[in-house]
Amino acid sequence: MSVWSDVVGQEPALAVLQRAVIDPDAMTHAWLFTGPPGSGRSVAARAFAAALQCPTGGCGECRECRTALDGTHADVDLVSTEGLSIGVSMARQLVELAARRPSVGRWRVVVIEDADRLTEHSGNALLKAIEEPTSRTIWMLCAPSLEDVLITLRSRSRHVRLRTPPAEAVAELLVRRDGIDPQMALYAARAAQSHVGLARRLATDEGTRIRRRDALRLAVRIRGVGDAVDAAADLVKIAEEEKDNSLTERNARELSRLLETLGADPTARTQPPHIRSQIAALEKEQKTRATRVGRDVIDRSLTDLLSVYRDALVRHTGAPVAMVNQDNAALVDELAGLLGPEQLLAAMDAIGTARERIEANVAPLLALEAMTLDLRLPR
Amino acid sequence: MTDVPVDVMDVPRRVPPLALVSGPEQVIADRAVKGLLEDLRVSQPDLEVVRLYAASYAPGDLLAQAAPSLFGGDKAIVVHDLDEAPDELQADLLAFLAAPEDGVTLIVRHKSGNRGKKVLDALRSARARVVEAPAIKSDRDKTDFASHEFRAAHRRATPGAVRALVEAVGQSVSELASACQQLIADTTGTIDEAVVELYHGGKVEATGFRVADAAVAGDTSEALRLLRHAIAVGVDPVPIVAVLAQQLRQLVRVGSAGRGRSVDVARDLGLAPWQVDKARRSLNGWTPDALGRSIQAVAAADFDVKGGGRDPVYAVERAVLTITRERRGG
Ligand SMILES: [Zn+2]
Repeated sequence: MSVWSDVVGQEPALAVLQRAVIDPDAMTHAWLFTGPPGSGRSVAARAFAAALQCPTGGCGECRECRTALDGTHADVDLVSTEGLSIGVSMARQLVELAARRPSVGRWRVVVIEDADRLTEHSGNALLKAIEEPTSRTIWMLCAPSLEDVLITLRSRSRHVRLRTPPAEAVAELLVRRDGIDPQMALYAARAAQSHVGLARRLATDEGTRIRRRDALRLAVRIRGVGDAVDAAADLVKIAEEEKDNSLTERNARELSRLLETLGADPTARTQPPHIRSQIAALEKEQKTRATRVGRDVIDRSLTDLLSVYRDALVRHTGAPVAMVNQDNAALVDELAGLLGPEQLLAAMDAIGTARERIEANVAPLLALEAMTLDLRLPR
Repeated sequence: MTDVPVDVMDVPRRVPPLALVSGPEQVIADRAVKGLLEDLRVSQPDLEVVRLYAASYAPGDLLAQAAPSLFGGDKAIVVHDLDEAPDELQADLLAFLAAPEDGVTLIVRHKSGNRGKKVLDALRSARARVVEAPAIKSDRDKTDFASHEFRAAHRRATPGAVRALVEAVGQSVSELASACQQLIADTTGTIDEAVVELYHGGKVEATGFRVADAAVAGDTSEALRLLRHAIAVGVDPVPIVAVLAQQLRQLVRVGSAGRGRSVDVARDLGLAPWQVDKARRSLNGWTPDALGRSIQAVAAADFDVKGGGRDPVYAVERAVLTITRERRGG
């Protein structure tokens, strides 16, 4: 057991981090973790924080390790936003926090899990603190890629690049950590394109597997303009279900935790005003999150859909690359039989355009309609 | 309702001592409760009305209110939000239902869900009158609702007027309801499209629909004139683009739904029959591919108006031009 055991398939990055833990010369006070979604940026940052706090460099067993990993360590602050950006007031709070000495640990660590959501304003508010931190403070920023982070922050931190872990490594983690059947774990890891959280959901929830399959079937289903409009509506519906599935329980859990913290009676039909206002604030936050999660879920479906076209293209070129949809080879073959390489590439472009548009706030249904129209099969 | 015609007042339905108003649509439910109380007042002019709310219910309130008073007047107790009722309120309701008081009419309001199920069952087995307040969601529901509003007030409204009203204010059911009431109160004679236009024509949605109608009909100059005028008076292009998309989508869906009766197609697609008829008329001169290209042009315009392009106004104009060109056959 070690703090690093959940950081899968990242040997080069691990070597850098582990060295920094034991060698003061290899240590620095600002780190930037980049890697595609699901590569485990924040998992790696937490593990690093735990290793730094641990008296033996990351045993994974002691109190320092355990609390740093599960996010309850008094000197390790994990900052993430469900909103679309991290605002200036949040940044100022972080600066204040980072100026304090560690209370129990060896370091004060501030992990910003969505550094890509810092705005120019809020990023600048952090600059000075990151440039000249107090001697026991470490900043860890996480983002999908370097380009997503303000250049001023980039240039002041050491870069650790994570890669998409091999599907086998993710599957192995699911088997070891979550007790999932090896065959299911491998299917899920491949289908999720090595996104650990998603792979876990695919492996444990049949509804998620069915929705994914339905989304993929669209690739061979759209012939006419009417089919295209229907298919876009279906994608939106699938995303809604997936969103509800992932949020309903979580929202309820947050509410009961809030009531508990406030010492309110959760069975009471009506709450006193000060508690009601806190509940209203939570609900507002949850609504913002739902918008973002809804967008993320559609983006995920589109990544899935894209993988079928990519697999079909691999079929055509005969390249010795592992298919994402190995479990669904019949679908890939069918698509490869229907579309040539040029057409497959055009379809992939259309999916890419839809993703950009949705990210830019275009009405999702409309962006998807424009895409599904481009995904019509030749008659 | 001050102007309820006399013939309605003359034949009040007799209200049984128990009533359940069931369903999520607040506007309809409020209307139903009001109607029940009005009917009661015909035979009980001195009716006293007491309202109890689940949120502020104190145990025993119901039974205290229901207890016979010294002066012995008639009473109606309206219990709101049975679906949120605390156990005490439910228990009190069950106790009342087990031994109802003479001279007390109980009206219970329940939105949806399982909470209060025992009380619902007890109400039903005590033969309470059940009034449904179903959710108003599709444009078909909204059209039916608005038509019913006018009919209930003994006012004639043309199908075109109802259509224009739903297009203009149908986004919110309560807004639609108050718009109907306003037209009933402020106008006389037949309510036609011109009347609705007078009251609600300035709405952004109405502008969007007019631009879309002209564009889909291939009338380039009218579509551009309306669009430029709207932009000139400061209308946001975003909802106009949304309406363009919605109208084109509707044409595709109706066009690929086959040649069935418009009521059947309307039911399948969640539209109002007039929307199907209108779409069918508009489909003349369109091919599916041309509609597809038009939708793609509108999607590109939406990207531009959301900040992706330099000139959002030009982006919408270009989409409109694409639509009218596609209508004429490219
Ligand atoms: Zn340790």
